[in-house]
Amino acid sequence: MTSQATAPERMARRQLSDRAFAWLLISPAILFIGLIVVWPLIETIRLSFTDATLGGESWVGLKNYADLFASSKFWATVGRTFYWMFLSVSLKLVMGLIGATLLNAAIPGKALFRVLVMPPWVIPVAIGVIGWKWMYNGYFGLISGLLQEFGLVEERVALLATKTSAFYSAIVTDVWVGTPMVTLFFLAAMQGVSKDLYEAAWVDGAGRWYRFRRITIPQIMPVIVSMALLSAIWTFNSFEIIWILTEGGPRGATTTLIIDTYKVAISSQRFGEGAARAVVIVVLLATFSLFYLWFLNRVNRHYGAK
Amino acid sequence: MIDRLSLWQKIGVYAATFVFLLFLLMPFIEMLRVSLRPMSHLMTADFTWWSEDFSLQAYRDMWVTVPLLGRYIFNSIFIALSVTVVTMVVVIPAAYAYARLEFPFKALSLGGFLAVNMFTGAVLLIPLYRVLRSLGMLNTYWAMIVPGVAFLIPTGIWLLRSYLEKIPRELEEAAFVDGASRLYTLRRVVIPLAVPGLIVVGTAVFIGAYAQQFLFAITFNNVREIQPLPAGLFEFIGYQDTTWNEMMAAALTGVLPVMLLFLFLQKYLVAGLTAGAVKE
Repeated sequence: MTSQATAPERMARRQLSDRAFAWLLISPAILFIGLIVVWPLIETIRLSFTDATLGGESWVGLKNYADLFASSKFWATVGRTFYWMFLSVSLKLVMGLIGATLLNAAIPGKALFRVLVMPPWVIPVAIGVIGWKWMYNGYFGLISGLLQEFGLVEERVALLATKTSAFYSAIVTDVWVGTPMVTLFFLAAMQGVSKDLYEAAWVDGAGRWYRFRRITIPQIMPVIVSMALLSAIWTFNSFEIIWILTEGGPRGATTTLIIDTYKVAISSQRFGEGAARAVVIVVLLATFSLFYLWFLNRVNRHYGAK
Repeated sequence: MIDRLSLWQKIGVYAATFVFLLFLLMPFIEMLRVSLRPMSHLMTADFTWWSEDFSLQAYRDMWVTVPLLGRYIFNSIFIALSVTVVTMVVVIPAAYAYARLEFPFKALSLGGFLAVNMFTGAVLLIPLYRVLRSLGMLNTYWAMIVPGVAFLIPTGIWLLRSYLEKIPRELEEAAFVDGASRLYTLRRVVIPLAVPGLIVVGTAVFIGAYAQQFLFAITFNNVREIQPLPAGLFEFIGYQDTTWNEMMAAALTGVLPVMLLFLFLQKYLVAGLTAGAVKE
């Protein structure tokens, strides 16, 4: 570094090391992800071709996959997982949209209401789910009690004990966990919509519903669409909620792919077979995401967003 | 004027808001109700909203039933804070690189980071277990901190990048012209300007770390003393003799410190999310 160098020259010299500097800056992140995500992922793929257990492992080729694809139970689980994802995400989006619209209304008390939306989001997921597990129980749970009180059921109902009710109970809890975050993101997006648009429409005599449909929704569409993707991925991989409520039961009614993977790989310690399931999850999610991003791209172009 | 609601519309909005909030807060109300009643009455009597037997006994007994409760509460916060600090240390430089510098494979590597969002720990548990074992981290705080960090890095980079992009470049160029080094500029110019963004991203990371500590804890750690709250309480739940009133009391007490913190911080948080996340 000669002190004679002029400022622009100095900047030019720095430009040259841009690459090195940038890689230096992101290297800790890359190391971390490499060690905790990429390497385990490669290992998972390798393990999926073995019959690894605690005892040892040997190469079995595609056997794990062949077994999986031949099993009707597995396809039922795949179907259930997608159904779980679509239903839960749709409900979260609808709830989020309703919630954000309500919280966005110009009424006294809205600051307080916004605070009251947050609790399910800022506590450990597992704690909230423990609360739900209590409410679903048949002997003294709140929901069974209420249903009886209103005369909707004769006897106490153990919601987590029968297949259909257990599945939809898990959905309700998942929606409960996911709704606050979706609501707050939608609210944030709604507040970002330019007031001028609403005023122009209002001057032209557009009603509230029309403004909502033709201004709010299109304006926040990019946020809705990206939130939907994130939410879909999280819901697909949602583990704690189902595990604490039902551990995948009764008789497999709430077993999604992630629960199945955990059971096989960790509970029964059949690492090879578990790894094959994990790989299937990754492939399914990657395919789904790519398709979705393509769709997102089209939506963004359609609505003229950046 | 445009926003004015008629009386009936107002009543409608309040009613709908009430139902919406009731759904979100019901479990808390119910947990509180249960925590205030003696266990014997809970199990025998039919469901009632209100009863004469409310007492704070469970809040005393829980410390005996769950002797490590204080530790669990501390562990939860300690783990989440550690995850936040480590994540931010890793995320700040990376987010700066993506916001400001041009380098080969920039878009590709950013896409790679975002793709990490597709995984959760649950998919990678087996090899992750082996990695942590060979690093000697099993059954230590690190077993719960390190995986937590890895899965929060991508979101952190993504959120912080959009903040840093909003800081005017001119300020940095001025520092360069004055002969400041790159690291000096990052430390003394960029980071101080980005403080509001750092707080928001840090808070978002903390929430993520605090909410999701169950899986790694039950899989990678079996030392009671360092277990976080949800994993610690889970041990007592689901058996015939679960003392639900004490569990609810313990759960509510456990989440209270962080909940209060967020009630105070929420204004900044919502404002911050607006600024960072919405930008597509």
